[in-house]
Amino acid sequence: MSASGLAVGVQETVAPPRRRTSPMIYFLLAIAALLVVSLVRVLTGAGNLTSSGTVAAALTAAVPIALAGLAGLWSERAGVINIGLEGMMVLGTFGAGLFGWQWGPWAGVLAGVVLGAVGGLIHAVATVTFGVDHIISGVAITLAAPGLTLFLAKLYFTDAPGGGQKQSPPIEDVPHVTIPGLSSVLADIEQQQWFFVSDLAGLLRGLTTDVSLLTLLAVVLFFVTAYVLWRTAFGLRLRSCGEAPHAAESLGVNVYKYKYAAITMSGALAGLGGAILAVASSQFRDGQTGGRGYIGLASMIFGNWRPGGVAAGAGLFGYTDAMQLRGEGAVHALLLLLGIALLVLAVVQLRAKRYVVAGVATVIGALFILWFALTDQVPPELVSAAPYVVTLLVLSLAAQRLRVPKWIGRTYRRGEGG
Amino acid sequence: MNVAVRTGTVHALVGENGAGKSTLMKILYGMQRPDEGTISIDGTQGDFHTPADAIAVGIGMVHQHFMLADNLTVLENVVLGDEPRGGGGIDFKAARAKIKDISARYGLGVDPDRLVDELGVGERQRVEILKVLFRGARILILDEPTAVLVPQEVDELFGNLRELKAEGLTILFISHKLDEVLSVADDITVMRRGTTVASVAPGDVTARQLAELMVGSALPVPELRESTVTDTPVLEAEGLTVTSPDGRTVLEGMSVTINAGEVLGIAGVEGNGQAELVEALMGIRPLQAGRIALRGEDITKLSTRKRRDAGIGYIPEDRHRQGVLLEATLWENRILGHQTKAPSVRGLLLNRSGARADTQRIVDEYDVRTPNIDVLAGSLSGGNQQKLIVGREMSGNPVLLIASHPTRGVDVGAQAAIWEQIRKARAEQLAVLLISADLDELIGMSDSLAVILRGRLVASYDPKAVTPEELGSAMTGAGDGEES
Amino acid sequence: MGRISLRSVGLGLAAPVGALVFALLVCGVILSITGHQPFDVAEDMIGSLERPRTVANSLNSATTYYLSAVAVAIGFKMRLFNIGVDGQYRLAAMLAAALAGASFMESLPSVLRILMTILAAMLVGAIWSGIAGFLKVTRGVSEVISTIMLNAIATALVAFLLNPDRLAVTVAGSNNIGTAPITEGGQVPGIPYSGSSSDVFGLIVLAAVVGVAYWFMLNRTRFGFDLKATGESESAAVASGVNVKKMVLASMLLSGAVAGLVGMPQLLGASHSYSLDFPAGLGFTGIAIALLGRNHPIGMAFAAFLWGALDQTSNVLDLSGVPKEIVVIMQGVIVLSVVIAYELVRRYKLRLEQRDVGRALGTTKTPEEVQA
Repeated sequence: MSASGLAVGVQETVAPPRRRTSPMIYFLLAIAALLVVSLVRVLTGAGNLTSSGTVAAALTAAVPIALAGLAGLWSERAGVINIGLEGMMVLGTFGAGLFGWQWGPWAGVLAGVVLGAVGGLIHAVATVTFGVDHIISGVAITLAAPGLTLFLAKLYFTDAPGGGQKQSPPIEDVPHVTIPGLSSVLADIEQQQWFFVSDLAGLLRGLTTDVSLLTLLAVVLFFVTAYVLWRTAFGLRLRSCGEAPHAAESLGVNVYKYKYAAITMSGALAGLGGAILAVASSQFRDGQTGGRGYIGLASMIFGNWRPGGVAAGAGLFGYTDAMQLRGEGAVHALLLLLGIALLVLAVVQLRAKRYVVAGVATVIGALFILWFALTDQVPPELVSAAPYVVTLLVLSLAAQRLRVPKWIGRTYRRGEGG
Repeated sequence: MNVAVRTGTVHALVGENGAGKSTLMKILYGMQRPDEGTISIDGTQGDFHTPADAIAVGIGMVHQHFMLADNLTVLENVVLGDEPRGGGGIDFKAARAKIKDISARYGLGVDPDRLVDELGVGERQRVEILKVLFRGARILILDEPTAVLVPQEVDELFGNLRELKAEGLTILFISHKLDEVLSVADDITVMRRGTTVASVAPGDVTARQLAELMVGSALPVPELRESTVTDTPVLEAEGLTVTSPDGRTVLEGMSVTINAGEVLGIAGVEGNGQAELVEALMGIRPLQAGRIALRGEDITKLSTRKRRDAGIGYIPEDRHRQGVLLEATLWENRILGHQTKAPSVRGLLLNRSGARADTQRIVDEYDVRTPNIDVLAGSLSGGNQQKLIVGREMSGNPVLLIASHPTRGVDVGAQAAIWEQIRKARAEQLAVLLISADLDELIGMSDSLAVILRGRLVASYDPKAVTPEELGSAMTGAGDGEES
Repeated sequence: MGRISLRSVGLGLAAPVGALVFALLVCGVILSITGHQPFDVAEDMIGSLERPRTVANSLNSATTYYLSAVAVAIGFKMRLFNIGVDGQYRLAAMLAAALAGASFMESLPSVLRILMTILAAMLVGAIWSGIAGFLKVTRGVSEVISTIMLNAIATALVAFLLNPDRLAVTVAGSNNIGTAPITEGGQVPGIPYSGSSSDVFGLIVLAAVVGVAYWFMLNRTRFGFDLKATGESESAAVASGVNVKKMVLASMLLSGAVAGLVGMPQLLGASHSYSLDFPAGLGFTGIAIALLGRNHPIGMAFAAFLWGALDQTSNVLDLSGVPKEIVVIMQGVIVLSVVIAYELVRRYKLRLEQRDVGRALGTTKTPEEVQA
C-alpha cells in the first residue's frame, strides 16, 4: 500500500528511473517561466501580473501556506500523513490572538508555535503510539480544534477591548524591512515596462520591499529544514522512518522517537503558519485559516515532498490568491498561463510516451486557452478554486514524477518487521 | 535452547519453518527480548534491549527481507544510525571514502551514490553486508541469505563469506537449504520447536539425516500413486507475456498445457516469474500477449471472477495477504472467492445458512482444528488456515487447481493432509498447477515438471527420473534440461 | 458478525462508553479550570431535554447527521476515505434546490416534484464523488486529497452559482440570497411532535430507510460482502475475484449519492431554499459520527442522536454564560479517544480469541505464528 487506504490505481503512476537534475536546470526553468509570464503580460496588457505590489501580496499570502506545506513535509517525510494541519493552524491563530494581544506579536507567535506543537503531539500519540489511522486522527484534530478555540475565544475575548465572541483584540504587527536603495532603483526599472527586465525588477522589488520579519523567519526555516533533513544524521534518520522504518529500527534507530519529533515539529510549523496569518491580519478570527492547511498539503504534494518544491507550490498558490485581490484583467491572464503550462506538460508526457495523459493535458490546456480567448473576465468566485484545480491536475497528469515516501500512511510497530 | 559459536567460523543454524530460528535471531540482535536466558559474547554477558546494544558489541545482521530504504542512496542506507559527523552535519566525504574502502577490500563492488531503488537483488545484499561491516561488526548473522539469490550470486556470496572468515570474523548462517549449509558451514546446530536438538559437523551427516533431525521423525514422503493423466487438455496457455508496471518483462512467451488428472510442477528460484504466471492465469495481472483457454474455451479476456466461475480453484502463495480475511469469521472466509456460487449465495444475496453449513462440512472433511466456525480466521494456526483454504478451493468442483506453495509454513501434519487432498482431487480428474520451492514436494507430487528461469520455461523433466540436484542446476541456468 | 455473545457486546460497547466517559472527564476539567461548575452545566443540558422542542430539534439534527454518516461509512467500510461528503452535499442541495424552486416544477404533482428533487440531489452528489473515484482508479490519485480539493472547488462553484445573476434571488426582507423558494407542493410536510412548536422532519423516514438499506447491503448482499472484503484485505479481495476498480467507483458513487441526500431533510422540511446560511460542515460531522458508531447502522444512529442532542441542549448554556462550544470540544475528544479505544479493543479481542482457540484445541501457537 502506498498510502492509507486502497492501493488500487497506483500502478498507473509508477515512477521512471530517476535522473539527477542539477540546480542549474531549476534556475533555467524559473527564468523560462518568468519569460512566459512576461510574454503573457505584454500580450494581454495585464500589468498587474508582475508588478511589485502583486509579488508582495503573493509573498504575504504564500507564507502561511508555505509553512503549512513545510509542516506537512516534516510529518510525511517521517511517514505520517498529517491532514490535521488545518486544525493545528487554527490552534496557531488562536495562540497568536491570545498572547499577541497582551504581550506583543512575538509572544503571540511563540504561543501559536507551542499550541500547534501540542496539536502535533496529540496526532503523534494517536498515530504512533496507538496506531490509529493517520487520516482519521487528522480529521478528528481538525474537527476538535475550532471548537476548542471558539470556546476559549468566547471566554477570553468577549469582554476584551476590541475583541468579540469570535475574534481577538487587535495584535500589533512585527517590524517590516526594506533593502535600502535597491527598492527605488528597481521601482524605476519596473516602470519602464520593458519586456522581461521590468518583470524581473517587479519580482525582485516585491521580494525586497517592506518584508515582514516573520516572512524572513519563514524563509530561514526552509533553509534550516533542507539542511536538517538532508545534511544531518537527525534528518537522515527521520527520513528513513518514512521510507523503511524496520530498516531504521534494525540499525538501532528509535523510530518512535523520530516520528514523535517529526510530527511535533510539523504541528509547531503549522502553528507558526497560523500565528503569522493572525499577526498579518492584526487579529485572531474564527475560521481565519480558511482551508490553508489543506492548500499547504497540496503545495507539499505539488512540491514533490521537497522544501524547494513546497516553496514553489506555495508561491504559486499565494500568487493566485494575490491575483484575486489585484483585479480582473490579471486573473483573466492567468487562464492563458494555465493553458500554456498544461501544453508544456503535454509535451513532457508525450516524450515519455504516455499518449493518453498527454492527450488529456492538451485538451484541457486548449480549453483553458479557448476560455481565455472567448471571454473578457473570470468570475472572481471561481478564482479561489485555482489552487485546488491545479493540484488535481498535477496529481492526475504528472503523478508519476512524484516520489512519495515509501512508508507513508502505514502503521509501524516495533519488532514486527522482517 | 543453547547454542555456542566459535570465533572465526561459519556456524549454520538449520530448522523447519517455525522452529524458532528467526525468533532466536531477533533475540540475538536485540529486536525481541528473551523471557529467560542469557547471551554471552567472548565470555562477557550481553543484555540487548535494542539492536543498538547488539551493534555496540559487534553483532551485525543481514536480514532475509532486505532492510533497505529504496528512495535513499546506498551511502545514506549504509551510514544510517552510525553517521560520521563533521561540520554540524554528516561527513559525507569521510563516509564515501570508508564505504569505497570496505567495498574494495572485500570485493563488494558497491557504488555509494546510487539509489537503492536502482540496484538488483545481489547488489542489495552486498549493500546489506557492507552496512554491517561499516559498523565494525565481528559477528555476522545472515538470515536465509540465499533465498533470493541465483546460484552464481550464491557462489559469490559464499566467496565473500570465506574472505570474511579469513579476516577472523564469525558468521552465523541461518538456512533450511541443507546442501548449501553442508558446503559452507564449519559447525551445524539443528533447531526444532524452539530448542536445539543436535549439534553436528558437516562431515558427519548427510542432507537426509539433517532433514530428519529438523523434522524430528522420518519425513512424510510426498508421492503420487498410479498415473491418472488423461489426454484431455484442461488448461492451455500460449505465449503468455507479462511486463511489470516499470516496464520490465517478467514473463516472456510462456506456454503451458495441463491435462485432466495431471499435476504439473513448476520449479524455480523465487522471483523468476512464478508469481506473475499464477497471477496472469488468474486474471489478476494484465497480459501483454498470449492466450489462455480452459477446457477449450478462451478465457483470456475474462475477469478473475469469471475465471473462478469457469472452474479454477486458487491456493495463493501468501495466505495472509491473499488467502483469508484474518478479521472475518471462518464461514465468511468460506464465501471468499466463491461470491457467485452456491451454496454461499442465492442470486445477488448471500446465503448465510448455506455458507455456514458448507463451512462446517469443510471443517469436518478437511480436519480444520477449530472450536467453531464463528471464530476469526486470524486466530487459527497457519496449517489450519491453509486446510480451510484448500477445502474451500476444492469445493464447487473445480477443473483446474492453481496451488502456489500449498504447504509453505504449515506443520508436518497439515502438509500430509494437503498432499492427500491434492492426490484425491487428481484421481477425480482435476488438473493441478503446482508451484513450490520444496523440490522434494515437486518431484514427489508432480506428473511432469518444468523449470522456470527469468520468465521462461527452460526445461522439462520426468519427475520419476530427475534428482533434486539436476533440478537445482536447471533452476539456476547451469544445467541442460532434457525434453521428457 | 457472527453470533452475539455477552462478551462481544461488552467489548463492542467498551470503546464508545469509555470514550464518552473520558470526554466527560476532560470537559469537566476544562469547565472547572475556566471557573464553571461542571455538574451545573450537565444538569442544565439534561434538563433542557425535558422540553419537547429540544427533542424534536435533536431528532432533526440527528436525521441529517445520520445520512452524512452513512455516506461516509460506505467508503470507510472499504477503507476509502470520502472526506468530500461536505462538498458533495452542498453542491447537491444547492442544485436540487434550484431545480425544486424552478417555476416549471409547480405544475407537477407533489410526489413527483419531491422525487425529482431527491434524485437530482443524489445524482449531483454521485457525480461529484465520482470524479474522485475516477481519478483514483485511472490515475491512482488518493481520494483523501482529491475529495479535499473537490470540497474547496464545490465551495467556489456554489459561491459562483449562488449569485443573483445566475441561480439565486434575493431573500425578501434581508440581505441574504438564496435559490427561489420551493412552493408548498415541493415541500415535505413535517411530523408533529406533541408539545413542540417545531415538527420533526418528514424525511426522518428517508434516513431510516437509508439505514436499513445500508445494513441490508452490507450484511445480506454479494456487493456488501465484496465491499467489506476489499476493506479488510485488498489483496485477498483481488485474489477472490473482486474487481477493486469497479468497487471503488461503485462505492464512491453510492457514497456520493447518499451524500446528496444529506441536505434534503433541511431543504424540503425547513429551509425551502438554499441560501447563504444553509448549514455547512455536515460532511465532517458525518465523519465523526461514522467513527463513533463504528460504521454500524445502529451504532451510527445512536451516535447521530447523541450529536444532535449535544448540539441542541448546548443552546441553553449561552444563557448561563458558558460558551456552548464546550460541546464541540466534547465531540472532538470523543472522536479522538474513540478511535484510539477501538484500536485497543480490536487488538485485545484478537488476542483473546487466539487464546480461546488455543485453549479449546489444547495447543498454543508459537509467537512467530501469532505475529505473522
